[in-house]
Amino acid sequence: MQVALEDFFRALRASDVKISPAEAIDAHRCVAAVGFADRELFKDALCATLAKTRDEVDRFDATFETFFDRKAFNFAPPEPGEPEEMPPEVAESELARMLLNGDGTALAQAMEAAAERAQVGQIRLSTQRSRLTRKLLEEMGLSEIERIIAAAKKLEEARGPALAERLEAGRKSLIEEAQRFVERQHELYASESGKNLREDLLARKALNAEGGIDPQDLEMMQALVKRMAKRLADRYSRRRSVAWTGHLDVRRTLRKSMGYGGMPFDIVFKTKKVEKPSIVAICDVSKSVAAAAQFLLTFLYSLNEVVDRMEAFAFSGRMISVNAVLDEHKVETAILEVLKRIGFQQTDYGKSLEDFCEQHLDQIDRHTTVIFLGDARSNYADPRLDLLATIQKRSRALIWLNPEQESYWGQGDSVMNRYERFCHVAKPCNSLAQLERIIEDVLRTYIPH
Amino acid sequence: MKPPADSPMSSVAALIEGLAGEGYIASRRIATALYMAVNLQKPILVEGSAGVGKTELALCTASLLGLPLIRMQCYEGLDESKALYEWKYGKQLLYTQILKDRMGAQLADAVDMDAAMERLHGMGDLFFSEPFLEPRPLMKALQEDAGCVLLIDEIDKSDEAFEAFLLEVLSAYQVSIPELGVLKAKTPPIVFLTSNNVRDLGDALKRRCLHLHIPLPDSALEQRIVASRVPGIEATLTQQLVSFVQSLRTLDLRKSPSISETVDWARALILLNADSLETEVVRDSLNVLLKFEQDIQAVDPQIAELIRKPLA
Repeated sequence: MQVALEDFFRALRASDVKISPAEAIDAHRCVAAVGFADRELFKDALCATLAKTRDEVDRFDATFETFFDRKAFNFAPPEPGEPEEMPPEVAESELARMLLNGDGTALAQAMEAAAERAQVGQIRLSTQRSRLTRKLLEEMGLSEIERIIAAAKKLEEARGPALAERLEAGRKSLIEEAQRFVERQHELYASESGKNLREDLLARKALNAEGGIDPQDLEMMQALVKRMAKRLADRYSRRRSVAWTGHLDVRRTLRKSMGYGGMPFDIVFKTKKVEKPSIVAICDVSKSVAAAAQFLLTFLYSLNEVVDRMEAFAFSGRMISVNAVLDEHKVETAILEVLKRIGFQQTDYGKSLEDFCEQHLDQIDRHTTVIFLGDARSNYADPRLDLLATIQKRSRALIWLNPEQESYWGQGDSVMNRYERFCHVAKPCNSLAQLERIIEDVLRTYIPH
Repeated sequence: MKPPADSPMSSVAALIEGLAGEGYIASRRIATALYMAVNLQKPILVEGSAGVGKTELALCTASLLGLPLIRMQCYEGLDESKALYEWKYGKQLLYTQILKDRMGAQLADAVDMDAAMERLHGMGDLFFSEPFLEPRPLMKALQEDAGCVLLIDEIDKSDEAFEAFLLEVLSAYQVSIPELGVLKAKTPPIVFLTSNNVRDLGDALKRRCLHLHIPLPDSALEQRIVASRVPGIEATLTQQLVSFVQSLRTLDLRKSPSISETVDWARALILLNADSLETEVVRDSLNVLLKFEQDIQAVDPQIAELIRKPLA
């Protein structure tokens, strides 16, 4: 059973349930405690030891059902009638006998054993499926069956062709079972790695690529963004102050002792303040960044869910605050709503900055980090550098993330090279992976010197 | 070490029955996880949205096993001196005072400095010793010789540093006190940790625990829970109110009502002498069930329909 459990762990790991050796040992102990007799009990007990989050529980359930799905094969039982005398070849071949008797359980066991020899469990790619099916069948002794069929067809007697026919039918369903078996193994061990690969590619895909993101990838992308935002928030939105236990703050202790006639009655320890990030995010949703805008907005949305102090704005021709929209709506509708209100117009950076400075400049103080997401293509309108300078002066840091490559900055109607002077950091950012790294840096370190 | 056959821990079925006797209707998964936790002597991490009965599970387990319950509420800034132990500073100060007075008499007849030092070393040092130790919840739990149920509530509210500090307690059931050495529990306590998923817990902590996620119950289970928690409620009313709550959960609300809200509502309905769900009564008592003004406003116009729908 240990082998079977180890295989099961491998299948679980393949579907992204993290299992450490210590947990594997726990699982063995737990199996020893509950036994295998009660399937439900066995499953629940393993689930409690192995799956550690809600998602993992779901994946565990699915994997468990697929892995321990041992239905006996469905073969036609032999026709009742006179006990047939088998030809000598049939009597010799165990597989042929099982096929003729319709012994599904025995066949299933034989297939397990053959799969072990053919190493079907090592499947990695979907393209390996047909080859492994073939190999599995050969290990089971299919060629032998084929030979018997050929021999039986040549027999003169009447029962020769009948036998051949029945073996043929058995062979067919055996092949089907083998295909299903390999398919299941593929699902168990390989499907998730394919998904991981796709997620990985997606994270690195350029956001402003031609044609944007495939609609079928959209959901995966949103999940990806959500995870990222949560990870970032977990790390940075917690503690406000860390106690420096043991370090006496002499100055403040003396000051406090004045009230007690110089006796150090209240002792003050030093504490280290951890500043929570306060973010103002301003996102360009105009035509020129249309493809990227959706994802920048998704990111804003996720960040908004997890960061306490964040103000979000969107602009193309004018600028509006989108905090309320992000708070009230679900992610899909929120993005559509923002785009409907303000999206895809002619960009005007100058006008938008004007809007911002008139209405929302008070949002920015010396603790605020301002993040601009946009390509700085202003359609040759006045870029209003003075306003950006005001924002820079008021804020702790001004960060500009541009979906375009650095070599395009300043070409055509791009005023990025002129805006760049006022930014503490200006970076090209055109994939999710980059976005995460930069935002993480922002939350941690970018304090202007 | 198998428990005796008649104890509630002898099998999962017995455990379900025992918990039901305490008024906790446990699903099979819950009972299995608890059974494993006791058998493998591992802490159990209970997750689920607020009000599904995470804390209640620990309380009922304690009363089922007849063990004392020691509860520790976690919050941001909780540290060892509040969770584990603290020295009794006041008494230590008094002790040094006494020591000073006695010291002269004790050392008066020593011939020289070396002899005095010798004698000083010979005296027992009580300054850092167990009588001066003020045990906090974690240490109390380890000191219960007959075992106990330790409930560490809302572990996700504590800091990462505290979580790391818990690891030793949870995996070896012991604590290291620098001045004294290692204190080990005679009988490991049954440990429950609950989490609302405010933040993701560290892998190291998760690895040491069994994991149990309590979902919102299905209709049949919830009816049994209401019937057990609110004795004397009519079966038809139970069925009506549970299906009403269940259909509320399908709506897009800020905070879906969980089990504790259902139970509270059932009690409220009894107080209001309602025999069946009427639009008026529901409207008046909706604030027991829904905790956001927006939710109440969203549900209000649909009340009549929601009452009718499950019956149709």
